Amino acid sequence: MTLSAPAPDLDDMRAIIAQHTGLEGPLLPILHALQDSFGHIPDVAMPLITEALNISRAELHGVISFYHDFRDTPAGRHVLKICRAEACQAVGADALAEAALRKLGIDWHGTTPNGAVTVEPVYCLGLCACGPALMLDDKVMGRVDGAKLDTLLAEVGA
Amino acid sequence: MKIYVPADSAALALGADDVAAAIMAQAHARGVSVDLVRNGTRGMIWLEPLVEVEVEGVRHGFGPATVDDAGTILDGTSAKALGPVDELDWMQRQTRLTFARCGIIDPLSLKDYQAHGGLAGLKRAIAMNSTEIVEEVTTSGLRGRGGAGFPTGIKWNTVRQAQAAQKYIVCNADEGDSGTFADRMIMEGDPFTLIEGMIIAGLGVGATRGYVYLRSEYPDAISVMTRAVEIARAAGVLGPDVLRSGRAFDLEIRKGAGAYVCGEETSLLNSLEGKRGVVRAKPPLPALQGFLGQPTVVNNVISLATVPVIFEKGAQFYADFGLGRSRGTVTLQIAGNVARGGLFETAFGMSLGAVVTDIAGGTASGRPVKAVQVGGPLGAYMPVSEFDTALGYEEFDAAGGLIGHAGLVVFDDSADMLRMARFAMEFCAVESCGKCTPCRIGAVRGVETIDRIAAGDGTAIPLLTDLCETMKDGSLCALGGFTPFPVMSALTHFPDDFARMKEAAE
Ligand SMILES: Cc1cc2nc3c(=O)[nH]c(=O)nc-3n(C[C@H](O)[C@H](O)[C@H](O)COP(=O)(O)O)c2cc1C
Ligand code: SF4
Ligand code: FES
Repeated sequence: MTLSAPAPDLDDMRAIIAQHTGLEGPLLPILHALQDSFGHIPDVAMPLITEALNISRAELHGVISFYHDFRDTPAGRHVLKICRAEACQAVGADALAEAALRKLGIDWHGTTPNGAVTVEPVYCLGLCACGPALMLDDKVMGRVDGAKLDTLLAEVGA
Repeated sequence: MKIYVPADSAALALGADDVAAAIMAQAHARGVSVDLVRNGTRGMIWLEPLVEVEVEGVRHGFGPATVDDAGTILDGTSAKALGPVDELDWMQRQTRLTFARCGIIDPLSLKDYQAHGGLAGLKRAIAMNSTEIVEEVTTSGLRGRGGAGFPTGIKWNTVRQAQAAQKYIVCNADEGDSGTFADRMIMEGDPFTLIEGMIIAGLGVGATRGYVYLRSEYPDAISVMTRAVEIARAAGVLGPDVLRSGRAFDLEIRKGAGAYVCGEETSLLNSLEGKRGVVRAKPPLPALQGFLGQPTVVNNVISLATVPVIFEKGAQFYADFGLGRSRGTVTLQIAGNVARGGLFETAFGMSLGAVVTDIAGGTASGRPVKAVQVGGPLGAYMPVSEFDTALGYEEFDAAGGLIGHAGLVVFDDSADMLRMARFAMEFCAVESCGKCTPCRIGAVRGVETIDRIAAGDGTAIPLLTDLCETMKDGSLCALGGFTPFPVMSALTHFPDDFARMKEAAE
């Protein structure tokens, strides 16, 4: 994902922002679109957003920092979200997550040294009848056990 | 040969795409032509991927199917054969009103939708005036399925009577509660139902614009809903002239950004406006000053998706199901450590124990049930001794619990309730919007206090109780205000889990 994402180009960013300024409440759509394109919200995009929406930098920073989804630095090539919520805990999610983090040698929100994968906690993926659940980028997976996890980590090169 | 392989995300998470591909490959090898439909799920998640083969109009099920089953399913020799799906006990025992079409139709076929009763409710609503529309909802007894159980008709009437140039219908599709997936399931399996419900709401209150605030954790639902809106628009169901009624209604899908608190309606509105998802003090009610300060209906997905069947079959038909002041059906989501997990729609009134033991078949591990958390992360842990509690808003309230969005998370006897109480506090600390001190700071203290108890300090137990009282009394919304429910229910019903550690330490 991110490491291979294009270098932030000001014109591209202006175009992305302009596509959304006609919406009612355009800020979240803009932030999502920028993150989809660049893997994070590039610092250089900030003045473009504040100018286009006529908001202060503090306000913008407040919004970005409020939401778990938005990141101001790039993530690894893949983002692995492991469900930590109750229904998955009831079927062993804690042990699974611990094993994954131990294997990768990182903590929550960490990225493997080779940049392959960032691991994030997530609180429910709506797969609560087939947990433990996780999501690799946009792909969901249920009833994950140690073997499935190992295969997955190998596939993403972690 | 007509074959159904669900594209619901639970089915996908269990390998449905690979199964579908294998079936097509095997069919090709056999020279059989297959008409493949990617339906939603029937809700029997323990059988997913559930392949259905239609023979003379009857759908025969095979599941849980793997890639290796593809050939034998085509040959009719599969050991995973379940017989006609509609005759399975799980299906027979339900009253499917909201979910009548889910898993049956092609989710993105308007033709299928209409062939199964879709748009009949909207057509009826178009012939009614706004007062009649709102009255119909009031008569149905429908109460909000998002958590609070507020009467939908009353909410709509407030918005209907408000004077404003622009009013809005906002669908709350943030579904953050663990153990819940009904919103996701219907958006992926029968998206036009939600769209139709929102249009009827718009006609009822005089709103021409709507938003679905859909959590980012649901990429599949986002994609299905986005396509459904495009299809509905192209067919003139949405737009300036809804079904040639001369009335306008259109809607947009908006993606959330991973904050649980944004499921709270005022936080959601702030988020939709592009602000931090901080909870707003009420009043003003969103019904009067909601999105961009305008009168706004905020309703849960299931509340809105139930509106079409109420108009199709009549308010009284719907109201005739249920118990006490809980009318109609409850769309139970059975999850966690259960033998049979999934969506089960039934009239209010069944007991919790009947659902867990009889319908769900107890735990998946085969061990005894220890507790069931009902109503998401802010809901109480119900012990087996409370299993005769009937599923109804008032009945659960009387038992110290809440139905919430109707998720049931089952735990076996290996669950450590102190750990679950700690998690409830931790979750509150992570997700707090930060506005009130008892929630923002209290939840962090809660984690520390429970850690002390875990380390053998029994004197911390009264501190935890006091802290919970403070959180209950001093929190603006239910995140801080209801986190004490799981914590205190764990402590009250499972004191051994809080005392055991002390003995170990002594
Ligand atoms: C912390 C918190 C989270 C909530 N999350 C949701 C949610 O994910 N979905 C939902 O429909 N309602 C949620 N609610 C309830 C909403 O505030 C609101 O009551 C509901 O959307 C109203 O719709 P209804 O009347 O159709 O239920 C939440 C409330 C709180 C306090
Ligand atoms: S209780 Fe917590 S989440 Fe709710 S308004 Fe207060 S600080 Fe925000
Ligand atoms: S609790 Fe893990 S998917 Fe819902």
